[in-house]
Amino acid sequence: MTLLQVMNGKWVRVVGVAGGIGMERRLAQLGFLPGNKVRIIRAAPFRGPLLIDIEGREIVLGRGVAARVLVEYI
Amino acid sequence: MRFVLIGQPNCGKSTLFNQVAGYHAETGNFAGTTVSFTETKVRVLGDVVELVDLPGTYTLLGTNPAERVVLDYMISKPVDAIINVIDATHLVQGLTLTLELMELGRPMVLIINMMDEAQRQGIKIDGEALSRLLGIPVLPMIATRGQGIHEAFTTTWHIGRSAKLPNPPLYNSELEQSIQKIKNAIERNGLTISRRAIVVKLLEGDPKLTEQVNAKNPAIADLVKKQLDKLCHQSSRQAVWLVATERQKIARDLARGVQAQTQTHLTLRDRLDDYLLHPFWGYIFLLAILSLFFYGVYGFGSFLEEPLLDFFNNLDELVLSTLHTSGLVAQVVSGTIQGVSGGLAIVLPYLIPFLIGLGFLEDIGYLTRIAFLMDTLMHRIGLHGKAIVPFILGYGCNVPAIMSTRIMEDKRDRFLSAALATMVPCAARLSVIFGLVAFYIGPWAALGIYLYNLLIISITGRIITHFLPEDSPGLILEMPVYRLPTIRTVTAKAWFRIREFLFEAWPILIVGSVILAVMNYYSITQYINNALRPFNLLLGLPQQVGTPLIFGIFRKELSLVMLAQAFGTTDFAAVMSSQQMIIFTVFVVFYIPCIATMVTIRNELGRKSMWHITALTVLVATIAALIVRLFFLIF
Repeated sequence: MTLLQVMNGKWVRVVGVAGGIGMERRLAQLGFLPGNKVRIIRAAPFRGPLLIDIEGREIVLGRGVAARVLVEYI
Repeated sequence: MRFVLIGQPNCGKSTLFNQVAGYHAETGNFAGTTVSFTETKVRVLGDVVELVDLPGTYTLLGTNPAERVVLDYMISKPVDAIINVIDATHLVQGLTLTLELMELGRPMVLIINMMDEAQRQGIKIDGEALSRLLGIPVLPMIATRGQGIHEAFTTTWHIGRSAKLPNPPLYNSELEQSIQKIKNAIERNGLTISRRAIVVKLLEGDPKLTEQVNAKNPAIADLVKKQLDKLCHQSSRQAVWLVATERQKIARDLARGVQAQTQTHLTLRDRLDDYLLHPFWGYIFLLAILSLFFYGVYGFGSFLEEPLLDFFNNLDELVLSTLHTSGLVAQVVSGTIQGVSGGLAIVLPYLIPFLIGLGFLEDIGYLTRIAFLMDTLMHRIGLHGKAIVPFILGYGCNVPAIMSTRIMEDKRDRFLSAALATMVPCAARLSVIFGLVAFYIGPWAALGIYLYNLLIISITGRIITHFLPEDSPGLILEMPVYRLPTIRTVTAKAWFRIREFLFEAWPILIVGSVILAVMNYYSITQYINNALRPFNLLLGLPQQVGTPLIFGIFRKELSLVMLAQAFGTTDFAAVMSSQQMIIFTVFVVFYIPCIATMVTIRNELGRKSMWHITALTVLVATIAALIVRLFFLIF
C-alpha cells in the first residue's frame, strides 16, 4: 500500500520507498525510514500535495512522491 | 580561529548568525555551485573569529547542492570548532545530524535553540545529561531574543582552543566491524576529516567520495561494496537506510533519556493552518494577504517614486541650464543623472518594501503555505508550487524575482521559473500599461493586457515543458511552524539582496544610460529606426518606435518617455491608433527583460541562460504582438 491510499488522519508505518536511490535518500533525510510513524494531516484541493506528519515533523509531499512511499497499517 | 554554524533547515541558525553578524556579513560562493554560504568576523574573548554560516542541511550526504557545500567545506577548509544548532522541538531529528557531525572529528558544541518554543509545547530537555551522554558541551539558546549567544561563543572558543575532539557514535557490531575493515585499508595521511567519517560516508554512498575512490582506489571501492552487500543481507535493509536507521536509533535513545513531555498548551497558532490551508478559505486568505502585500508595496513605492522623480528631473534641468550647453558633456551628465534616478527613484522604492515584506512572509512561514496551495496550478505550466514565489515577486520587480529562483533545487525548474518570471509585467512595465493603454483606451484594456500576459505565460510554460519535461516527481519540502520573525533577520536578509542590486545591477544601469545619451547626441537613433523598420512593418507600428524599444531594454519605462521624444508629442492618440498602442504595449511587456534583470539572470543562472531567456522573450513578444495584430485584422 502506498501513502497515497491512506485516509487522512490515519496513522501508518513506513515500510519502504520505491523510486530510486535519490528519492530514497531525500525522503530518508526527512524521516521516511522503515518503522517510522506517518499520518496525512490534510490535502490541498484539486489533487494538490499532501501535508504529512512524520515523527512530529510536518512535510509537504506532492502526490507523485507520496505514491512512492510504501506503508502498512499499525 | 574559524567556527562554522551547521544545522538543519528552520533550526534558527540564520537568526543566530544575523544576531552576531549584523549587516557586515559577506556572502561567498563555493566554486561550481550557486548555493552560497555567509561569513563574518566576530570578537570572542579578545580573539577575532571567522564565523561561517553554512546552508541548512538535514544530513551531510552530498546529494543536493546545499549539502554538497557543507560537506565540501568541512573536507577542504580547516575548521577550529563546529557550532551545531538544533531545534529543541525536534530533538530526535536534530540529533541525527549531531551524531553525523561528531564523526567528522572536529571540536564541537551543541546548541539547543528555540527553548521558548519547546517550553510552550511542554517539552523539557536536560542539557547537562545530554552533554554527559554525548561528551560535548550542550547549551540552551533562544536566538530570537539573543539569549544564550554569549555563552555559546565563549564555550566554543574554549573548546576550539583545547582542540578536544568528540567521540564518534558507536553503531551495531556488524556495522562497526565493516567500518573497521574498510578503515584499515585507508591510508592515514593527508585527510582533513577523520578516516572513520570517510568510511561511513562511503557506506552511505556519498556520490562524490564514491566516485573519487572508484577512480583512485578500486580496491577500497570493492571492499566497500562487499561490506555493503554483507550488511544489507544481514539486516535485510536497503543500503541507503543502514546508517540512517542506526543514527535515528541512537538519537531516539538519547532523546528518551533527556527529554520529558509535560502538558501542551495549544494556542491559535497551532490551529492557524485549519484556516490558512483550508480548501476554500485558504485561497480567500491567500488572495487577501497577497492583495494587502501588493497594495502596501505599490503604495509605498509610488509614494516615494513621484517626489524622487520630480527631484531628479528638476536636477537634470538645473544642471543642463547651468552648463549653458546642449553639447556632449551636458548629455553625458544628464545620462548619468537618469541612470542614478532610475535605480533610486524607480527600482528601490519598490524593491525595498517588497524584499522586507517578502522576508516577513518567508520567515513567518507563509511562503511554504503558498507553495502548498498553488502546487496544482503551477504544475499546469510545468513547475511545482515553489515557483509561485518568483511569479509573485515579478509583479514588483523582476530582479528579486530572479534572485528568488534560488529556492528551486532543480536546474531545469530554476531556468523555467526564471524565464517565465521575466515575462511578468513589473512595476516599470505597469507605467507603460497604465500610461498608454489605460490612459488612452481605458482601464479595461489595461486589465485585458494583464490577462493576456498570464495566458501567454501559461502557453509558453506548457510549450517549454513539452521540450524540457518536468522530471522532478513533485514537491518535497518541510512545512515550518509559524514563527514571529525578528526585525533584524528580516532587514538583514533584505539588505543582502538590495546590496546585490546596488553594487551589481545599478552601475550597469548608469553606464547604459550614459551610452544612450552619447548615442542620442550623435543621432545614431535614425540608424536604429532604419534597422528596425522591417520589424515595425511586421507588427504594423510607426517607424519611430524603433529607438524607444531599444531604450526600453535599459529601463522599461524609458520606452514611454522615449516614445514621447521620438514623436515630439505626449499626445499619443494623435500619432498612434489604439490598435498600435495595444500592439506596442504587448510587445514592451514581453520583450527582453531590462538590463538589470539580464545581469541578475547572468549572476544567478549563467551567461548562457541569460541569452536563452533574452532570445525567448523577444520571440514570445513578437508572436504575442503578432497574434494581437492578426486579431485586429480579422475582427
